[in-house]
Amino acid sequence: MTPRSDVLTESRTKRGDAGDGRALGARITRVDGLAKVRGAATYSLEHRPADLAHAVLVGSTIAAGRVRRVDQSEAEKAPGVRLILTPDTIPALKTASNWLGERPSEGPYHALTHEIGFQGQHVAAVVADTLEQAVEAARLVTIEYDVAPAVADLRDSRAGAGTEVEAMTIAWGDAEAALEAAPAKIRREYTTPREYNVPIEPHGLIAEWQDEDHLTIWEPSQWIAGMARTYAEWFEIPYENLRMISPYIGGGFGSKALAYSYGAIAAQAAKLLGRPVKLAVTRPQTFTAYGGRAETRQEIALGATLEGKLLAIHHRAANETSTTGTWVERCGGTIAIMYATPNFSSKHRVVPVNTVLPSAFRAPGENPSAWGIESAIDELAYEIGLDPLAIRLLNYAEHDHQANLPWSSRQLREAFAAGAERFGWSKRSPAPRSMRAGSQLIGWGVAAGTYPMRRTPGQAIVRLLADGAVEVLSAAIDMGQGTYTILAQTAAEALAVPVERVAVRLGDSSMPWAPVGGGSQLANLMVGAVHKAALAARDELIGLALNDPKSPLRHLQANTLPVGDGRIGDLEIGAFLAAIGRDHIEVLRDTFAENGKSADDPFKTYTTITGGRTTTDNGYSAHSWCAHFIEVRVDEDFGTVRVSRVVSAFDCGRIFNPKLAESQWKGGIIQGIGQALLEEGVVDRRHGRVINNNLGDYLIPTNADVPDIEVISVGVPDFHATMLGGKGVGEVPIVGVAPAIANAVFHATGKRIRDLPITLDKLIG
Amino acid sequence: MRNFAYRRAGSVDDARRAAAEAGAMLLAGGTTLLDLAKCGVAAPETVVDITHLRGLDTIAHDPSGVTIGALAKMSAVATDRGICAHYPAVSEALWQAASAQLRNMATIGGNLMQRTRCAYFRDPVAFPACNKRNPGSGCAAIGGVTRNHAVLGTSQSCIATNPGDLAVALVALDAEIVLGERRVAADAFFLLPGATPQREHAIEPGEIITAIRIPVSAAACNSTYLKVRGRQSYEFAAASAAVGMEFEADGRTIRDIRVALGGVATKPWRVHAVEAVLKGQELSPEAIDRAAALATEGAVIHGDNRTKISLVQRVVARAIINRKPRGIA
Repeated sequence: MTPRSDVLTESRTKRGDAGDGRALGARITRVDGLAKVRGAATYSLEHRPADLAHAVLVGSTIAAGRVRRVDQSEAEKAPGVRLILTPDTIPALKTASNWLGERPSEGPYHALTHEIGFQGQHVAAVVADTLEQAVEAARLVTIEYDVAPAVADLRDSRAGAGTEVEAMTIAWGDAEAALEAAPAKIRREYTTPREYNVPIEPHGLIAEWQDEDHLTIWEPSQWIAGMARTYAEWFEIPYENLRMISPYIGGGFGSKALAYSYGAIAAQAAKLLGRPVKLAVTRPQTFTAYGGRAETRQEIALGATLEGKLLAIHHRAANETSTTGTWVERCGGTIAIMYATPNFSSKHRVVPVNTVLPSAFRAPGENPSAWGIESAIDELAYEIGLDPLAIRLLNYAEHDHQANLPWSSRQLREAFAAGAERFGWSKRSPAPRSMRAGSQLIGWGVAAGTYPMRRTPGQAIVRLLADGAVEVLSAAIDMGQGTYTILAQTAAEALAVPVERVAVRLGDSSMPWAPVGGGSQLANLMVGAVHKAALAARDELIGLALNDPKSPLRHLQANTLPVGDGRIGDLEIGAFLAAIGRDHIEVLRDTFAENGKSADDPFKTYTTITGGRTTTDNGYSAHSWCAHFIEVRVDEDFGTVRVSRVVSAFDCGRIFNPKLAESQWKGGIIQGIGQALLEEGVVDRRHGRVINNNLGDYLIPTNADVPDIEVISVGVPDFHATMLGGKGVGEVPIVGVAPAIANAVFHATGKRIRDLPITLDKLIG
Repeated sequence: MRNFAYRRAGSVDDARRAAAEAGAMLLAGGTTLLDLAKCGVAAPETVVDITHLRGLDTIAHDPSGVTIGALAKMSAVATDRGICAHYPAVSEALWQAASAQLRNMATIGGNLMQRTRCAYFRDPVAFPACNKRNPGSGCAAIGGVTRNHAVLGTSQSCIATNPGDLAVALVALDAEIVLGERRVAADAFFLLPGATPQREHAIEPGEIITAIRIPVSAAACNSTYLKVRGRQSYEFAAASAAVGMEFEADGRTIRDIRVALGGVATKPWRVHAVEAVLKGQELSPEAIDRAAALATEGAVIHGDNRTKISLVQRVVARAIINRKPRGIA
């Protein structure tokens, strides 16, 4: 019989937890939490190599045009200045491949260019002995421009209609004809502004060359392998010679998965100077050194029967991209799968404007897509006179209509039921403006969310050490979601040791491969890899016990040889290993086979985004689901909206650590509150510049804006989705929050806001 | 780096002399100075540290009023029992200002000297034109994004909103700013931009704020500060009002009323017109609405800030209603 540790006996399973309450599934506090609150967790930018120089960037103050001249004469004379890089002086690098593994060109890459495509684009970098010297010298660099006309944003009259992205077209049936014939219909436009990831830890790096061919980068990274590849290719050194280190990440939300030009600049400076260089982008530069969520526009037409049954969904979307590149904020995701409809048509366009290239921000695509459809279905409910929850259940998709496949699991009906019960939805007064407390109008809104399962193989090393402790090694990352913790739980579960005996080491490219920590895939794929490696380590241990000529346990049989709590049979593991002349057992495993992928090209699998499975590749369509029930209070005179209650129910399959999953869900909901009510990059269209580029003016929720949030898990283990039955947790909670709030605001006030954020001027103006 | 001289003032007189020198700036809580230095607006040649000066952080109540030392922290004043009892608008304004961290650092004197949040003022590299920073250079805000800019007290030179909360309460309660020997009414201490928006306060070289004096009054005892903003905390006002009222013995006729506005004007904006029409009147919803409409007399809209006009009228009305005696409709 296997000995059970304290953790294993602590059963916390309750209905809907979808965790089994053992080590994997237990409600354990994050293992790195104490180090973080004590300041003992050393983040990448806190690394302090000797002789460190500091780089500071100079940003463009025009949105379009050309650098005519850089005058660095004053800056050069400033104390401590060691190097000034400009478009005239920066050496060329090799163009790196993109995240698909394709090289856009075989030509050179210049991290600073004369051509200016957006405000804040780096035009020079100053490196000095101290940060203060570099800051001051950067002020002394003057730049002359030839200014060209700029397109400020998607709403700029000069922006035009852009280009259709044919790969985004989704269609079945005949949506236009069905819409024309539908007895009930609505046609509305929904928009979202530029939104920014604003992680509290700024982006940046420390670059240090060991010799001409060996570079180490300390940089917060959601994707060790992908970023390491970019740096290696830029500098034309073997991938193995590039070491990327990112032990902790102070928030990324999608923005720390790629190497950006400032990284090339810092690494070039380090090479030119022969000393390590640190570059931390400033808070204002976090709005221009990389992109946030692109501004979007969606026109949605719904056709339905008079009873509210959908007949057609017609969807035309567009997002801004940069004149410097293409980003598709795919707005057709949620709308294509959320409801059953016999006729569907979605097309998407991208419109180049003068902004930094937009990028991934929590639930890219699904988030704005849900904003559109979850607002529109609500409008249709009022149009027809149906309860907003009833119309969602009436049009419940029993299978994936887009892929025409069964769901791997879809507990969305259960999520609606559990959320509605806890929220008290049945007590809702249907008419808008019918609930009030003094000057506060009260509104209740509901909306659903979803996020697809992305699945890439992973790799991990599990070591059993002589003292009975266990080590887990992987180049996976922890940006706060709890990777350290759940991987410790996984190894503890498989090896029957207490979680405290497992040490997890992450965030280092010298460790086994992991793909991007994004797309809500990392927890499931790494739990799978560590579980497999840990079981293999256990098997190896047992095999040695039964077969090694020196083993004192040789006389036993596998079924009478318990392993756990640092022991094998009646021996300490250390004593056993000593007896057979070993000091540890180490096992490396990957999960190519379990994910049905060829192991031919691990480099490509892990350094590009092409190594993953599709959402539907095994005959099932796999997604996470959620339902948000939200109460708002709107001051009728002032138009101020406060979220006063949130109940959200989630189907994320099996939950490996309910405490951490709940924390992620709540974080996503809070970010959704910000998106609904506060967040907006404010563009001065005369200059094409985002002017609220700081945390005093780019508003995110404070604690006072966050009510009590109740989260409920209704998931069940889903082995069609992932190896151990979990589904993605991190992205889905933000999806649907903004429309739930907008729907509640309509219920409170009778005013439908279709343009985020819902600010007071839109309600009383 | 851009060096500056650091001088630790030995006394108030020493600080006064040091601060009079060209390029000198006082360091008290530092929350504004460091912020402005980081964004390139402030570049002092000498920083005169007064944080340690003794006796300047007291809150002294007497029968005719209260004297608050200039170095008293915002959080200390907000929680002072006498302030809460006799000048609630002051406490409420402070509680709703900044963040807990800033309130624990920032001083009362420094709070009055804070600069505008105008995005164009705060980004000198991208927007060289700013008459406040660089007189005669123009105003980048006019014609730009002006949702948060002033509708009252603007000029062709400047439309930047005064960001203060405390200052609005002080102006409503007829406080005085004590500059050593000289005293200036709070309302006069804050200057209209006119053609000289670089001059924001009626303070002369060689003067420093040593204290704030608030006189006792029945209106101050029955005062409130109402701040409206999109975010519940840590945001500047979209519109705010400080209101203090005293009633006749009948409990419904207004004997004395003080009203000042924040978030909508280039300085804390006392509205005597509102006070005049209500004084001697019985409080009624109609009277309140009629008076509140006068709050924005002379308002000028710049681009996106139209909402401020109706909003601040509603804020004034609500603040008055919040301070009316019980039982009055």
